Amino acid sequence: MEFTDDQISRYSRHILLPEVGGKGQKKIAKAKILLVGAGGLGSPAALYLAAAGIGTIGLIDSDVVDLTNLHRQILHHTSDVGRPKVVSGKEKIQALNPDVKVSMYEERLTSGNALKIIGDYDVVIDGVDNFTAKFLINDACFFAGKPLVHGGILRFDGRVTTIVPKQSACYRCIFKTPPPPGLVASCQEAGVIGVLAGIIGTIQATEALKLVLGIGQPLTNRFLDFDAKKTQFREIKVKRNPDCALCGAHPTITELFDDGDPFAGCAVRP
Amino acid sequence: MQVKINGKAEEIAGGTVLDLLQTKKIEPQMVAVEVNDIMLDRSHLGTTSLKDGDRVEFLFYMGGGR
Repeated sequence: MEFTDDQISRYSRHILLPEVGGKGQKKIAKAKILLVGAGGLGSPAALYLAAAGIGTIGLIDSDVVDLTNLHRQILHHTSDVGRPKVVSGKEKIQALNPDVKVSMYEERLTSGNALKIIGDYDVVIDGVDNFTAKFLINDACFFAGKPLVHGGILRFDGRVTTIVPKQSACYRCIFKTPPPPGLVASCQEAGVIGVLAGIIGTIQATEALKLVLGIGQPLTNRFLDFDAKKTQFREIKVKRNPDCALCGAHPTITELFDDGDPFAGCAVRP
Repeated sequence: MQVKINGKAEEIAGGTVLDLLQTKKIEPQMVAVEVNDIMLDRSHLGTTSLKDGDRVEFLFYMGGGR
């Protein structure tokens, strides 16, 4: 694969970096990244990964754009209200960078389709808004052996962590199961400061690019929590749990299932 | 005695991790707790006593993203 003169210009500030170079830019051009959710976190991730020249971006989302999405979901414009997010997303990605191939999945990720879809990608980015889906993505990436960049945002707080299956702590090592539904408030009730999606989604994209390039230290075995009110990051070291039901020595989870109620919500603090 | 909770020094009366959660009105089902970088099983919250200088991390669930 050879770059055209235009591509060399487009990616020149990447190619100048010794850690990327022409070789790294080719890795980026061959890479396939799946964004589960084309919303708050998926929007900045999609735009920056498209700009970076990622070869294939997969977008999975069953929703249409709603007016309430637009304060944070910058992949979608006012004129997109009512249109499928994957269609709107593909247009923006390709307007930014026509080199990028976009695969659209206008559906929810489920225990039935997850392995088949995830199997086609090198890295998965979690941009979903409920715990059932977050656990499903974690489990599916474990079974498929794919690195996952997990993200979450709520109110003024955000979190990122990278999970490399069988090498670093998974989401279940820490949280085991979704919170009891009675204790969870819906996202609509909770609210979120829109810019937080940009901060956390962009860190997720950074992690994905590092994984593709094989450079730096991934955000594994660390939770990076961001407090927007204080403008403060806090890193919490975590470890693999030898008793993890998924990735521990004696797993009890041996196939995908939908853990909890996907409509239960997303709130965090009691 | 003094412990560090989420990086911040706090004076507490002592007791178990579960006592601390109850003082702070935190529902044990809504949090993962690390003491000195070791993740506690929820069944051990009531049997793990805190000592002066312990570092406690509360990791709350954080959904959201779409």
